[in-house]
Amino acid sequence: MADIAISQELNPALVLGEPNYADVTRKVSGIVEGRMPRAWYVAIACTGSLTLMLGAMLAYLAFTGIGVWGNNSPVGWAWDITNFVFWIGIGHAGTLISAILFLFRQRWRTSINRFAEAMTLFAVACAGIFPLFHTGRPWRAIYWLFPVPNPALHIWQNFRSPLIWDVFAVSTYATVSALFWYTGLVPDLATLRDRAKTRGRKIVFGLLSLGWRGSARHWKHYELAYLLLAGISTPLVLSVHTIVSFDFAVSVIPGWHTTIFPPYFVAGAIFSGFAMVVTLMVIARQVFDLKQFVTMKHLENMCKVMMATSMIVGFAYATEFFIAWYSGNRYERFVFLNRAFGPYWWAYWTMVSCNVFIPQLFWLKRVRTSIPAMFVISILINVGMWFERFVIIVTSLHRDFLPSSWGYFRPTAVDILTLTGSFGLFLTLFLLFVRFLPMISMAEVKGMLAADAAHPEERP
Amino acid sequence: MSTFVQPAATAQGVAVYGAVAEFASPESLLAAIRGARERGYTRLDAFTPFPVHGIDEALGARRSPLGWIVLGAGLAGTAAALLLIWWTGAVDYPLVVAGKPLFAFEFSIPVTFELAVLFAAFGAVVGMFAFNGLPRLYHPVFQHSRFERATDDKFLLAIEADAGGFDAAGAAEFLRGLGGEHVEVIAE
Repeated sequence: MADIAISQELNPALVLGEPNYADVTRKVSGIVEGRMPRAWYVAIACTGSLTLMLGAMLAYLAFTGIGVWGNNSPVGWAWDITNFVFWIGIGHAGTLISAILFLFRQRWRTSINRFAEAMTLFAVACAGIFPLFHTGRPWRAIYWLFPVPNPALHIWQNFRSPLIWDVFAVSTYATVSALFWYTGLVPDLATLRDRAKTRGRKIVFGLLSLGWRGSARHWKHYELAYLLLAGISTPLVLSVHTIVSFDFAVSVIPGWHTTIFPPYFVAGAIFSGFAMVVTLMVIARQVFDLKQFVTMKHLENMCKVMMATSMIVGFAYATEFFIAWYSGNRYERFVFLNRAFGPYWWAYWTMVSCNVFIPQLFWLKRVRTSIPAMFVISILINVGMWFERFVIIVTSLHRDFLPSSWGYFRPTAVDILTLTGSFGLFLTLFLLFVRFLPMISMAEVKGMLAADAAHPEERP
Repeated sequence: MSTFVQPAATAQGVAVYGAVAEFASPESLLAAIRGARERGYTRLDAFTPFPVHGIDEALGARRSPLGWIVLGAGLAGTAAALLLIWWTGAVDYPLVVAGKPLFAFEFSIPVTFELAVLFAAFGAVVGMFAFNGLPRLYHPVFQHSRFERATDDKFLLAIEADAGGFDAAGAAEFLRGLGGEHVEVIAE
């Protein structure tokens, strides 16, 4: 008896209330089959309006030119690239949870992977907008970004440039994440098809589930496909932010030209991604009453991941300063002193406070098991991670080699409204996802329940 | 309780898909599969809401060959990327940028890696659906009156008709003997 009590203390159950298989189906399918709460309509009205504003801002840019943004010499990259790196980073938690934690047999991922993968897709969609519109002529961008034969110029991409590597990394990431997500959804879409009451739902889910019938042969190939996808997504997710960091690290700008960037960017991406998962999960679990599946253990684990990645990021900040001093390179030294004590000191210290100091509160169990505390901290982390990219990009550029061209970047109203609008797009896609698709993988949760029933002694 | 036989399945000249029974738990399904194999039935299939651990061994299924497809697709992606970078940069439009070579493995690594992953992922997903014969929007087992439970909380076992002289009624009777419920004979 005492052993069991200790084991539950150390390893609380991942699904509470001992539901049977039908309970899981009913609870998760019920959300997409029933009516949405009033709050959902209010939320989508707000986020939909912001999405329309994003569309208006992008149309204005396309008709006018990228001068409507505040970037100008010497700060040629500013909020657009900051937002791009920020959104790509948010996406990383989804693939980390679905692929890396799968390979490590972290069973707590089961209730949150679908949710986090959806977030990945929507974040990557938001990210893609910024470099696309930064080209100024997005309707011509296909010739610049992809090796499509160009009838006007007969010229190809420069594969020696990290910018084209980035195009391949991000578009591969978006495609593979979508494939992974859809593959995971098919068995659940079949469940929705078989529960459908109306003809419209039968047809839509019938087509989307591709005729899945849960045959033993299906599952055999499916499980191997899922394992292989996890295996190839694991190096993929690490490569994406590595290659994003090459956009900076391969250049010769002091403050960008450092070999620490790839691991530092990947850790930061996972950090911000988990923060976004926590922010949204805390709300969804409350609104849709998912406390049975997303337990305090899940949330606490995510807080621990945030704390660990926060310290990796903090260590990277310190290493950058140490190397700037130790290298003896006066330009490098200047850039870092300018970062912390120059005109953008406020951005630098916002970043350090939000990313390094505040997450230390997660050392206290009381904080990492308090929903209001983790909600506020997760939002502050994303503020901090946005500032991290702003600091890296803008402070390295605004005082370049030639003091006569030094400047100070200020965003325009269009910059601010475009970033706000991208949040609207992200949240709108998210609200549509929770409305129309099961946000918890029913097949995986049932498989976990069956494994627990078969091996009660291994039950966590 | 008598076996429910679909009217179509009894008509002359209509092929029978097989006999299908419902079981309540993964354990009873696995026991039934073992029983059916001992009796000599070889064309068995199960329909379950989640992958049942140990079912492949019980059915005597071979390991999925999907890994080879993914390996082939990944190698094809690698080759395609190297060919693309070499042909566009060093053959079709050789242009020296920043004094770098027209082609080198070093700067080709990121794009080559990404295309290998991209092709491999398509190989895994397309290969998985192709091995499963999907998309296929209709299958005889969908006619089972309780098929919707197979994507919810129950476990169906089918003894499929084989080429010569399949005794559907006998198979149905056998499934009931194994503890199957809602035993039905289903038309092709």
